[in-house]
Amino acid sequence: MATSSATVPAASPVSGSRSFISRLLSGDEIVRLVTLLFAVCVVGVTLLLVFELWVGSALPRHKFGFSFFITKVWDPIFDQFGALPFIYGTLVTAGVALVIAVPLGIGAAIFLAELAPARVSDTLEFFIDLLAAVPSVIYGLLGVFIVIPLMRDYIQPALKSTLGFLPLFSGPAYGVGFFTAGLVLAIMVIPYIISVSREVLLSVPRDQREAALAIGSTRWESTWKVVIPFARTGIMGSIFLALARALGETMAVTMVIGNTPTISASLFSPGYSIAAVIANEFTEATGDLYLQSLIELGLVLFLLTFVLNGLARLLIIATSQRGSGPSHA
Amino acid sequence: MKRFAGVLLAALALTTVLWAQGNFLINGAGATFPYPIYSKWFDEYHKLHSNAQFNYQSVGSGAGIKQVTEGTVDFGASDGPMNDEQMKAYQDKHGSAILHFPAVLGAAVPTYNIPGVNSALNFTPEALAGIFMGRISKWNDPAIASANSGAKLPATDIVVVHRSDGSGTTYIWTDYLSKVSGDWKNKVGKGTSVNWPVGLGGKGNEGVTGLIKQTPNSVGYVELIYAVQNKIEYGTVKNSSGVFIKADLAGVSAAAAGAAKTMPDDFRVSITDAPGKTAYPISSFTWLLIPAKFSDANKREAVKDFLKWMLTEGQNYAEPLSYAKLPKEVIVKETKAIGSIQ
Repeated sequence: MATSSATVPAASPVSGSRSFISRLLSGDEIVRLVTLLFAVCVVGVTLLLVFELWVGSALPRHKFGFSFFITKVWDPIFDQFGALPFIYGTLVTAGVALVIAVPLGIGAAIFLAELAPARVSDTLEFFIDLLAAVPSVIYGLLGVFIVIPLMRDYIQPALKSTLGFLPLFSGPAYGVGFFTAGLVLAIMVIPYIISVSREVLLSVPRDQREAALAIGSTRWESTWKVVIPFARTGIMGSIFLALARALGETMAVTMVIGNTPTISASLFSPGYSIAAVIANEFTEATGDLYLQSLIELGLVLFLLTFVLNGLARLLIIATSQRGSGPSHA
Repeated sequence: MKRFAGVLLAALALTTVLWAQGNFLINGAGATFPYPIYSKWFDEYHKLHSNAQFNYQSVGSGAGIKQVTEGTVDFGASDGPMNDEQMKAYQDKHGSAILHFPAVLGAAVPTYNIPGVNSALNFTPEALAGIFMGRISKWNDPAIASANSGAKLPATDIVVVHRSDGSGTTYIWTDYLSKVSGDWKNKVGKGTSVNWPVGLGGKGNEGVTGLIKQTPNSVGYVELIYAVQNKIEYGTVKNSSGVFIKADLAGVSAAAAGAAKTMPDDFRVSITDAPGKTAYPISSFTWLLIPAKFSDANKREAVKDFLKWMLTEGQNYAEPLSYAKLPKEVIVKETKAIGSIQ
């Protein structure tokens, strides 16, 4: 089956003698056209989105130009709009989330794929998939009622008394802020990393492991030096999926980040993210410049995602050329 | 599948026939704050006049102004009056004006969480402006303590909490602060969203309340209705006559009555810091935005009739839903204004 479907595109120029009508009647051409239409839709929607965001943000683009990216003030009353604190907040919270979620997620995936008995692994996988399907407002509530009090009363004071000399852990502990938002995001994206990484690890061929064990490596050496390099691109794919989710998350972030456009080295400081400010201010935005500035923020978020995704692709290409395994992504 | 399509067609045909018999839909969009009473009103009114159906979408004041200006809805609703620029935009597009009709009243109240303080705190305008400006940063600051001789105020830092989403409550609050503090007016201004000098942002009344409950030594503001319905303690505010008023529906109506004498004919007026001994100073109208000219005579008559009903019987639905009623003075003035709808 796999070989026959692979030969279809190669065979199509040869079968040019068959008329278009007969191919249409046999059904192949219909399927090709319909699926082509679906594929074009994806590109079309993306382009339309960029076009709409671009056209919809004409006023601030002309008025502020590049300074939109480097201005710290967001003042709807005096019509001063700058995206810097929101870009900063989006990147910092997503960064914190990945720093926490990547080691935890990949560690759990290695356990589930390599070490745990199949029954345990499958049962846990069920719970992980369940976690991935929980709506983000639930994670926001979790953040408000559990993470924020824990942060304010225990975690932040503890970090302050031990690592308080670092600017990262200074300033008053409100409970809300970059750190809390990052932590809640981490909890949200871990299931993605575990779930995808586990599948990728499980799909590494058995003979790779057996070969490693046969030449005398320990179980851990076979996992670390053979299986993980083989699955590297797939694992990276899971991380970038997590990053994309963290960058665009709205509801859970706005509930715990403090919603104050600040740029501060301290992770305890309240902040703001692009998605959160759009969700908060869009409905009540009066005045064209204000509304269009919010749309331009949407464009910025799109660009940010686009650039980070592009970098991810480059990274995958660069590493897969050095690595031994074939690309999974 | 065919049968389903047949049923669908029949239903469509039936609705068309029904609509053709003098029924019509009047679409509106705007503020979320008065949504509960608007939906009640439109529902009750429809019971009385089965041919006029009002449909209201609570999409936010900003969106309401935008949609009525673009002509995608028949009327709008807003928690803040339209500014001159927006009025001009409407005039340019439609060739006629848009009218403001106060519908009910709302208010914002200061709420706080200070460990060890259980009594209601008294807030002077100077104290509120100072706190939200960030100039007053400790609870035992003389500006607060002088009005609260009975309370044991700690020497802790004040954590300010405000709304993060654009809202009519923020509009009322900042409108009040702009009136009592020149500094606030020049540096921050009034609006549904402002550039806050200090503080944390919470989404919605529930977000602000949640942050205040969880953060010791915090202070913020919520809608009066929300505070009453959720039994949240709130402080008193000193009005322009020097009396500390704890907000209630009567105090809010009194503010509107106090402002009625100097009310302009287009009703675009702020009633914060209104005169009157019993007036609660942080009150505001919420407005229906009605075009001065309707091309459809049916819609015009229905809207005019609805407005008359709203100003008479409709007002009785306000207090059970915790909105303050319009005072007599304003109703008289508005009834006159209905006549100018063409």
